[in-house]
This record gives sequence, structure tokens and C-alpha cells, in this order.
Amino acid sequence: MQDVREALYVGSRSDGRLIRRPMSPHLQVYKMRLSMFLSITNRITGVVATAGSALGVAWLAALAKGPKSFAAARKVTGNPLGQIILGGWILSLVWHTVGGLRHFIWDVGKRDDKKSVNEDGPVAVGVIAGVSVTLAAALLGVSCCRSRSRAKLRKAS
Amino acid sequence: MNAPVSPHHDVMRSQLGRARGLGSGHSGTGHWIAERVSAATLLPLSGWFVVQMFRLGGADYEEVAEWGGRPLNATMLAALVISSFYHAESGLQVIVDDYVHGKAHVPAKLGVRFVTGILGLLGVVAVLKLALGRPAPKA
Repeated sequence: MQDVREALYVGSRSDGRLIRRPMSPHLQVYKMRLSMFLSITNRITGVVATAGSALGVAWLAALAKGPKSFAAARKVTGNPLGQIILGGWILSLVWHTVGGLRHFIWDVGKRDDKKSVNEDGPVAVGVIAGVSVTLAAALLGVSCCRSRSRAKLRKAS
Repeated sequence: MNAPVSPHHDVMRSQLGRARGLGSGHSGTGHWIAERVSAATLLPLSGWFVVQMFRLGGADYEEVAEWGGRPLNATMLAALVISSFYHAESGLQVIVDDYVHGKAHVPAKLGVRFVTGILGLLGVVAVLKLALGRPAPKA
């Protein structure tokens, strides 16, 4: 390949052997750090959140189609496996939101020095975990309680 | 455009020479800003949706369908669906730009457009059907 950039990748190891220098950030070369992990997972959670939103649209479509298909959708959302998937959607959305906000703060030129980035990383993890667990547990609790009290009402009437 | 150049000439070209005509498509900044704007739009819309999910948790078909049929809810839902898939599309485009090279690049980009576009449209059509396709609930 006659690319001038290739020339910039020629380096030599300490034993003198010529090597192709790594691009940055190169997963196989750099030690995994929290900031790196959070930056990579910001993208991954964006993709996962999109897949979850596709399921959300499927839910909307089932609702628009009628009672039968909505009952089928409720079977999925009421099922433990479905709830794990819902929890994963919530987690990925919260993760991507927190990650996106952090990236935006860096983009405006704040908190982007090494010290702040290393300080904020664990805070971000805490916020992600706290918000997702609270949201998922509260939603699950509310829907369980409500369907149970509804079932009781139906029995009583 | 692609005049044959000797390998020698190609290597000797300066970085500036390479960049001229190859560089910016002058659409990157617009794309970047649109991504942030749609993200900012999604924050309040998602917050609204979370509140609605708390209100609807455990509700049955009639209640949810009635909820979705109300004009304000339908508007917010449509806005949420449109901004979600607009944002997803711009994000996935960047991922394809970064990781999919060569012959697969254009099909992958078109595929992202197609899938996110169809999903977004499906969401909007579902919301419209909820809002317009049912008789108004008896007050």
C-alpha cells in the first residue's frame, strides 16, 4: 500500500526489529483502564439500546394491532426472561445516557484532564448502577403490585 | 481524478497534498451537532416515557390503548420514536464509518438507514393508529 500514513507507522522495537507501530487506542497494546472501558461500552450500549428500542416499537405495534397481540406482548414483558431483557434495555439506556453526558462535558472542554477523568469514572459507574437498579426495581414493583391488586378486585367483584 | 501516479510520486506526496480533495466532506460538523441535538431532545422525552411507564405498570390493554390514543401522549410518543431512531441512525452511521471498510461500507450504511428508518416508521404508524384509528373513548 502506497500510503504516506503507512510510513508513519514504521517503528523499531528495543531489539532493533522493525515493527508496525500500533494505532491509538489499541486494545491489544494498552492496559484496559476504566475510562477506556467506559468509552468503548458507550458505543456498545448505544447499539444495545437501539435493539431494545426496536423491541419497544414492537410493543407499540402490538398495542396498535389489538388486544390479542398486546396479550402476546404482555406474555413477553411478564416473563422472567423478558424482564431480564427489559432490565438490560434500561441498563443500556442509562449507561449510554451517562456516557453521552460525560462525552459532552469533555466536548465542551471540561473535566477532560487525566485527574478528573480518573475521578469521574467510578462516579459514573456508581450513577449507572444506582439509577438502573432503582428504575428497574421500582418499575417491576409498581407493575407487580398493581396487577396483583387488580386481580384481587376482579375476584371480589 | 484518479490519474495513475507512480508509487514513487504517491509516497513523496506531502500530507497536505493528500488531504486536499480527499479530506472533509464538509458535512461532519452538521452530523455531529445533529447527534447532540437529538440526544438533548431524547432526555426530556425519555423522562416523560419513564413517568408514563410508572403510571401504566400492570395496566391492561384497554387502559394502555386509551392512554396511547390521547393526543398529547400520541404526540410525545411519536416525538420519542422519531428522535430515538434518528439518533440511533446517526450513531450507527458513525460506527459503520469507523469499523466497516471496503466493499461492505456502502451496503452497511444503507442497511443502517433502512432498518432504523423502517423501525421508526413502524413506531409512528402504530402511534397514529392508536390516536386516529380508534373511536374516541366514551367520556
